[in-house]
This record gives sequence, structure tokens and C-alpha cells, in this order.
Amino acid sequence: MEQNMNAPLLEVKNLKKHFQVSKGLLHAVDGVDLTIMAGQTLGVVGESGCGKSTLGRTILRLIEPTSGEMMFEGENYADYSKRKMRDMRKNMQMIFQDPYSSLDPRKCVSDLIAEFMIINKTYKTRAEIYKRVDELMDTVGLAKRLTDAYPHELDGGRRQRIGVARALSLNPKFIVCDEPVSALDVSIQAQILNLLMDLQEEYHLTYMFITHNLSVVKHISNDIMVMYLGKCVERASSDELFANPMHPYTKALLSAIPVPDISMREAKIQTIKGEVTSPINPKPGCRFANRCEFATAACREVEPELTEVQPGHFVACSRLAEIG
Amino acid sequence: MDMKEVNAAPFIEVKDLEIIYKTDLETVHAVNGISFTLEKGQTLGIVGETGAGKTTTALSLLKLLPPRTGRVVNGTICVEGQNVMEMDDQTLREMRGGKIAMIFQDPMTALNPVMTVGEQIGEAILLHNADITKAQLQARVEEVLQMVGIPATRYSDYPHQFSGGMKQRVIIAMALSCQPAMIIADEPTTALDVTIQAQVLSMMRDLRDRLGTAMIMITHDLGIVAQTCDNVAVMYAGEIIETGTSVDIFCAEKHHPYTVGLFGSIPNLKVKTRRLSPIVGLMPDPTNLPKGCPFAPRCDKCMEICKTEKPGVYKNGTHQIRCHLYANNAEEVV
Repeated sequence: MEQNMNAPLLEVKNLKKHFQVSKGLLHAVDGVDLTIMAGQTLGVVGESGCGKSTLGRTILRLIEPTSGEMMFEGENYADYSKRKMRDMRKNMQMIFQDPYSSLDPRKCVSDLIAEFMIINKTYKTRAEIYKRVDELMDTVGLAKRLTDAYPHELDGGRRQRIGVARALSLNPKFIVCDEPVSALDVSIQAQILNLLMDLQEEYHLTYMFITHNLSVVKHISNDIMVMYLGKCVERASSDELFANPMHPYTKALLSAIPVPDISMREAKIQTIKGEVTSPINPKPGCRFANRCEFATAACREVEPELTEVQPGHFVACSRLAEIG
Repeated sequence: MDMKEVNAAPFIEVKDLEIIYKTDLETVHAVNGISFTLEKGQTLGIVGETGAGKTTTALSLLKLLPPRTGRVVNGTICVEGQNVMEMDDQTLREMRGGKIAMIFQDPMTALNPVMTVGEQIGEAILLHNADITKAQLQARVEEVLQMVGIPATRYSDYPHQFSGGMKQRVIIAMALSCQPAMIIADEPTTALDVTIQAQVLSMMRDLRDRLGTAMIMITHDLGIVAQTCDNVAVMYAGEIIETGTSVDIFCAEKHHPYTVGLFGSIPNLKVKTRRLSPIVGLMPDPTNLPKGCPFAPRCDKCMEICKTEKPGVYKNGTHQIRCHLYANNAEEVV
């Protein structure tokens, strides 16, 4: 991409979010570093419970971080006041996962899209706001006749388009997309993914794209970060990650995707045993160790560092040399 | 696989099935004249998007349609030559769970939260084997639990103590508990993570091969179909628009434009393209279906005839396509 030389739009350093629960301390996000260049997309992949949604929300400070640095266009906004943060958030928006529960059922489409502009007093008159609503509906591909429709009258794909229009309404630079297509049918999924890519090109948007489905992020992301229990286990450019996955967990995730090709049937699906362990008071050592077929006693004691194995390809695994 | 076994009547035979949901306000045409058969030991995949009528079809096989609104208006459903629609309650009870078991989509809501999983599985066994002793029952429950990879020590745990993948295993254990001849799996892995999905699917495949159970796999994921099914039926707006063996669906050259669209919508991990090629538009409203081919309004190969006339079925061996495009190659039986 041509914007490669740009300064990073978002930079996060050693971000942590711990929740106090009755059984102890839940390490939802545990020391994540990331950088997103302007106009690019970072895909964040992981299973449910690995902290990817918490990461997205913490970056927007919808949840307050426990510790860590967060820089947006070079400014550390981690300790901004609520008021300052509200201004800041015009630049950073979010598209939520479930288009069925993220829209107020008592508001019609145009009011839903207008909501943020009214709150932020973006325009002086109602007429101006609703003119912008019309434009936005056009941008995301919602027909004019739906202006007065209510969410329950619409299908998932159209509802998600409302979500996209809402996120765009304040002309943000950065959008966190939290599983925006996982609740949709395949043919509609592809429509929304294409829409998001078109919008990125047109408005030079920067995305953080959270999903549990690796195949979804392949097309849309420049870089992909694989998360496991609050930690980043592998990070590389999209092409590199799919061509040359290194961490055992990334490999397992990739092989678990059912391929629509019957010649692959005989190749037994490589399944990893067990399930995600609890993020409450995690044991020392590699968090993937108890599901990893290569794990040794050392893996259970020493936590592997995220190291740059090849230029731009980071992996956190202490047995990388042996596994190959 | 015992595919060559010649039976007088197929295990399941559905003919011209038509189902509507009727309310005071409107009539939803959920299933519009579908026919298929399933032999013992085979796996049929039913693929389609939300609202295509997949689940309705599955429910009707067990006569589980909502009694007031759901109605079979035409067609027959036969299980081992017996018409399900004419069965009395006693026979139906014996068939449900005994001969045909069902795995529901959402493991979080399909279990009773105030009963231990052992009791729940035991309940199903007890219903079909009234004279079983307590010790035998316990032993049988532990056996099926182990079969799905849950340690027998978790017999007296409650559903909330299990994770999503484990709950789905409990449900599969329940379905297998009475050794049914067939299992209907309605999107069994949609609510699960990919790695857990892979575990559950490979377990279901092993169990099917070992026990010789027939299976109907309902899903919207063509990948799952490719990995598990012998035969495939693609459903759209209540019709089977394409059907054949999995080789026909995944390898043949000719396809229904909807099937082509479904394949185009899946991000392909091997091919590098920037854009996906989705199907434009949305599924038609089932209360008001188009007059001709139901896919015509979204089809990029739509012709004049498609808008007015229902397409016929064009056959090529086991492969059947319901589309006007192939009108010239009709009855090209190999």
C-alpha cells in the first residue's frame, strides 16, 4: 500500500485490562502492543474469551484500561478527562457485532443515523443533519424508502448497514469493527465486507477488525494479530501469516477452518485438544501450553516473549526453532 | 460405507413436500415442493441461508412443526415406508429419539438448567427402555458420555458448569443414547468457535462411521458440507434448487447461479483476491414469492422466461439443477 511510509495513527504499548471477579483477577488483556498505520487495517483474531473485544473497547476507552499507553496521532489519550475523551471519540468509532441488539428498537432508521450528530451538535439545523443522513444512507447502500422504517422491519444485513452509517456519521479516522459480519448470512457477509473495503478506500479510513474467523480477515487486513488469552501470540502481514504461520495456535486455527473442497476430506482435520483455559489468575508460562502438542516443562514455567523472527513477523513461542 | 445396500424403501423418502406457516395476517410459504431420499448410513447435507426452509424441513420429518401455525399442505414424508403424517402419538414418541434423534442449533438453550446432564441423558434412555434397571441406566449414560469425550465423573454436573463445546457434546450424547438409525443435526456447530467446531465435527464423523448412523446435516457452511456429506441439497426460498452427490456439487462444471454465488461469497484462503463476489440483493419475502424462479430477482443470468415460469429440473446422472439456463441440455442422462 502506498501509505506505508505514514506515521502510525494508533499506537498501543503494554496495554492491560484486568477485571476483579470473585475468584480472583481476570486478565482479559495482558500486555498488548500494537501499531496501526493510517489507512490500513489490523485484523485481530482469536477464539471467544481471548480478550479481543475487550481490547477493542479499551482502545476506545469504553472500558478504562488498567495500565498501558495509548497514542492516537502521537497524543497519549490514556489519561484524558471524560469530556476531552468525548471530543476525541469523534475520530474513533465502533461497529458492533450484533445488529439485532445494538440498535434502539424505538428509533427509526433516520433517527438512528442522526443520533450521534445530534449528541455532538455537528450541525446547526435539523435540516442539515437529515441531509447528511440521506447522504450516509446512500453511501452505505440503504434505500431512501427505508428512512422511516424501524429496525425490526429490516434484516440483519440492512441493520448492519445502519451500524456502519452510524459509525461514519462523525467522519471518524479510525473504526473498530467488532465482529461486524459474524451474525450475518454468507452472501450478506460478503456484501458488508466489500462495503467496508470500498469505504476505506474512499474515506481513507483505518480499521481494527476483530473476528474469530481467520478467513474473513484475510481479504480486508494488511496485518493480522492472533490473540490467545489476552496475549498476542503471533503478528505478521496478512499474506505472510497465511503463507507461513509459525505459532502452533495459529496453525491450529488455520487448519480448523472447514474448506469447501472435497479433495481435502481425507486429510484429517488437525484438531487441538481441550478448550481455552480460564483467564482468571493465569498460571505462569505460555498460556497455550496445556493445549499445545509441542509443550515442554519449560513452556509451563517461562513465558515466551514476542520476538521478531523475520522482518515484520512476530511470534511468541519458545520452541519455535524445534518446531520449524 | 454401505452405500450399495439395496433396500425396497429408502430410510427416508420425502415427496413434493409443501409447508406453510399460517397466521391471521399472512401465509409464509416456508417449503415449496421438495423431494429427497436418504438411505441408511448416508449423510445428506442441506445448505442454504437463513429463511431457506432448512429447519422447517427437518422439524417436519419428526412432525414437530408448531401445531397451530405450521401446516403440511401437500406431499408425503415416509420413514421406512411409513407415512409420518399419519402416525399416532404413540408411534411418533417411539420414533422421536428412538429411531431419529435431533441435535439442535444452540447448545446453550437446549439443555434443562436445573437437571444434571446425567439425569437428562438418562431421561431419554428411560423413555425408550422402560424396563431398564438403575444400574444399567447409569452404566449406559456413562458409556455415551465417554463416547463423546466427556469423563464419566461429570455425570452429576449441571449444564452451566460446561462450556459451549462441552454442552454440544452432551446434546450429541443425548441424541446417540438410544442408538438412533438417523440423526438430524441442525447447525450443530454454528454457535461454537472454529477449533471447537473442528473437534465436534471430527467426533461426529467418527461416531457416524463407527455406528453406521444416517445423518442430515443442516448448515449454511459449504466447508462443513464438503468435509462431512455424501449427498448435498442446496435450498433457496423453500425449494431445492440443486442437488447431487458431493462430487457433483463441488466438482461438476454446471451449477445453479445461486450455488455459484454461495461459493463466491466465501473468502477463499488459497486464492488472492481483493474483493469478494457476493450475491446482490436479499432473499425474497416468503409471504410473497416471485412468480417464476425464486432466485430470478438476484440472478445475474436472469432471462425473461425466469420471471414468469418455474424452471424444470434438469438432470445429469445424480446431479439435478432447477434452472432455465440448462433447458437445452435437459434429460442429458449419463
